[in-house]
Amino acid sequence: MTEHYPVVILMAPLFGALLATLLGRGRQVACWWTALIALGISALFAVGNICAVLASGEGELRYRMGGWHESSGYEVGIELRVDMLAALVVAAVTLVGFVNTIFAKTRVTGEMREKVSFYYALNQLLIVGLCGIVMTNDAFNLYVLIEITSLTSYALIAMGNRRAALSSFNYIIMGTIGASFYLLGVGYLYIKTGTLNIDDIRGVLQSGNLWGHASITIAFILIMLGVWIKMALFPLHGWLPNAYCYAPSAVSSFMAPLMTKVMVYVMLRVMLWLFGSEYVYSSGHVWGELIIWMSIIAIVAGSFLALARTDIKKMLTYLIVAEVGYMVGGAWLVNGAGLAGSMYHIFSDAAMTFCLFLAASIVILRTGDHRLTAFNGLFRRMPLTMIGFTVGALSMIGLPPTCGFFSKWYLISGGIEAGHWAYVAALLFSSLVNAVIFFRIFERAYFGNLKGVADEQFPDDRDSAPPLTLERVPCSMLIPLFLAVMAVLLVGIYNNTLVSWLKAAMPPL
Amino acid sequence: MKFFGFIAVVVVGTLLLVATGDFPGWGNPHSPASEGQVSGFYIEQTVNVTKVPNMVTAVLADFRGYDTMFETVVIFIAGIGIIAVLRTFGDTAGKASDYPEPDEGSDIIVRSTCHLMVPLIQLFALYVVAHGHHSPGGGFQGGVMLGASYILLALACGLPVAKRRMGERKAIVLAATGIIIYAGWGVACLFFGGNFLDYASLDPVLPGDKEMARSHSMLVVEIGVAFTVTAIMFAIYSNLATRGRLEKGL
Amino acid sequence: MELLAAGFIEDNIVPKFNYWIYVILMMIGLYAMITKNNLIKKLIGMAVFQTAIILFYVSIGVKEESGIPILGHGQHHEIVEEGKPSGEVITKDEFANPLPHVLMLTAIVVGVSTLGLALAISQRIHGSFGTLEEDEILDQLRPGGHD
Repeated sequence: MTEHYPVVILMAPLFGALLATLLGRGRQVACWWTALIALGISALFAVGNICAVLASGEGELRYRMGGWHESSGYEVGIELRVDMLAALVVAAVTLVGFVNTIFAKTRVTGEMREKVSFYYALNQLLIVGLCGIVMTNDAFNLYVLIEITSLTSYALIAMGNRRAALSSFNYIIMGTIGASFYLLGVGYLYIKTGTLNIDDIRGVLQSGNLWGHASITIAFILIMLGVWIKMALFPLHGWLPNAYCYAPSAVSSFMAPLMTKVMVYVMLRVMLWLFGSEYVYSSGHVWGELIIWMSIIAIVAGSFLALARTDIKKMLTYLIVAEVGYMVGGAWLVNGAGLAGSMYHIFSDAAMTFCLFLAASIVILRTGDHRLTAFNGLFRRMPLTMIGFTVGALSMIGLPPTCGFFSKWYLISGGIEAGHWAYVAALLFSSLVNAVIFFRIFERAYFGNLKGVADEQFPDDRDSAPPLTLERVPCSMLIPLFLAVMAVLLVGIYNNTLVSWLKAAMPPL
Repeated sequence: MKFFGFIAVVVVGTLLLVATGDFPGWGNPHSPASEGQVSGFYIEQTVNVTKVPNMVTAVLADFRGYDTMFETVVIFIAGIGIIAVLRTFGDTAGKASDYPEPDEGSDIIVRSTCHLMVPLIQLFALYVVAHGHHSPGGGFQGGVMLGASYILLALACGLPVAKRRMGERKAIVLAATGIIIYAGWGVACLFFGGNFLDYASLDPVLPGDKEMARSHSMLVVEIGVAFTVTAIMFAIYSNLATRGRLEKGL
Repeated sequence: MELLAAGFIEDNIVPKFNYWIYVILMMIGLYAMITKNNLIKKLIGMAVFQTAIILFYVSIGVKEESGIPILGHGQHHEIVEEGKPSGEVITKDEFANPLPHVLMLTAIVVGVSTLGLALAISQRIHGSFGTLEEDEILDQLRPGGHD
């Protein structure tokens, strides 16, 4: 039974999505329960999957779809490969999906009206796609699953207002360019190697000594460009802020923590497993240094852009752009600490982004204001939500008990080991800017006048807006926030275990 | 913007052309892709392990059946995504003047021809679905044809006529059923002790040996694919043509 | 000089014309996606762009002196009914590689789905902004927008 866990993880939300669609309009509660149960099963088996990987001797599980075995050393079917990193990312994805479903209950009824069943269906299909991306060991299958996640996110974002539709359109254009570059890169690899299995491609590149060929270099550049567009690395980030900012809040709260992080995972997978660390990190290539500088620019630019925003969600989205810079830089430092930091940051960034987006969604919902003025005097009115927000913010800044501190710790020690002081400086600078951003908010929240600018700017809302009382924030929103806070703290406290697991999954450098 | 775009296009284009320098030439039978072990296995062994003469169908529905299942899911996502984005439920009855008044079908010659054509198209579509093992065809191709027959009906006789045969609810149910057939068939393999989508494990319940079980199972999943594609093609058309109102249309 | 050019064409363009065509088509699509102002024109560019990649993949599958990857009735009968080993009846060289065709069936489906969804979204944009020209949409957003 253990070996079938990956299938259960994928099939539970898939059938849940079909069931939610079949239930249709007017049965919102049933749709919610379907999504909750399906994602709950998925999360449960994802945790079981971690145990299964730990118990297995090789540290990885392989699952052959259709029972097709290799023929003279090459896989003819599609293979799943779950190592520790993949198992942990899958668990993170399903858990975030599950907790977000609890959060979405009260939110989607207002935002989606008759289309609630479609929301739950697309939501679960997005989780299926993300889990599939993480576990697959087939380069082309990865493309299909990337397109599944892209299509669901285009549709989910476009379910918002008219700005959301426009942002979704831009996302489609950018996303298609990215996915097509990835597909083209896979085609270049296929034409040179004649196989699509990730391990086999690496084997052929190695045995045929194809590394010097210009076409392989260009395939690598194409795949990297495609993945960077999808993960919004700085100059290619154009689609992300608007898309996540104007999307319905129940959508952005789980898309923001998951999508970019899974694409970072794809980047690591392409670097270390598809091409192999000997090729990617070989000193013959100029790109190592170049990419670290790109990530430095991403960190600095993302921080500055976040500092300049007055819209809560937009500020958070630019912080994601900066965080993507952290992970890309860490992956190219060519040492264990940097790589471990980059992998560990996938989890810590997912936890803290989730926490901040949940808290921000609650604040926006309660105050009806989407700008920083919403935080005026909130510590008195919404202490629980603000505690959650504070923990997420402290993690972004990087203070000790939270996971943000430890990921910065690993990344900075990696930077020092590699002697890359500019990267270390960029990380510290970003911490400083985050401190400025969040302490500005704390100041408002502690000392700000509740009857401040918000009411002047929104005269129409004054009559209809509900009074700012804590009783009006439902439990179904506070419990997810509490769980996200726990995730931020637990990922931080158990950083040693997590990093030792991740280091075991790393191929030798 | 135009200048920037031109520069980007020239750079990318040059990059792509440089790479072709060490690619094999057009139709070279000794290219790695054509001569590789994987391609050789598909060509030489497909008939032995599946008894299906059409290798494309065998690779599609069996060797890479996992891909194809997600391909069907992609179609499904497009369908419900379009409904989710575009569909308006009844609250726009007042401003229905974007399009000219619907004529209940065009002229009688068009309608009669269409009534003659639709059954033939559907019959041929079913043949394409079922005969995918032996000739070019399969679930996607047949499904698109079936969907097109409903679209033809809507074009010639008006959307209401087509909607009586393929309403929105029916389309959604049919589309979901298709994936349930496909994925359910894969899950059934688990209960017979095989891996997911390992059709050979179903041979106790299917006629013939293990190889025939694969062949029969391919037909089942192709039918599932055809269900989904038929329903979604029509749903996409009817939503795009009426701006999600599903009342009047082009 | 002319000789050089002729040699370049003979060595690099004639045997590899499929790659040249796909790159040119793809760049036409990319240019339209980046620079066009009208959203539908961008989508047309996107369709050209994706189709160029499909052309590239399909051209990988071309193999000289080979046919479509479907066994003849006679061959199929001999192997399945008469039990001859497949190695005696068929050879690798007479069939084209089936894999690129399968992959492109997937890519076509993905392309159609993306295009359909993009058309639906552009209809919604047209419904709420009344135009499909990007600059006019951005003009409408400027006074009320908070970006």
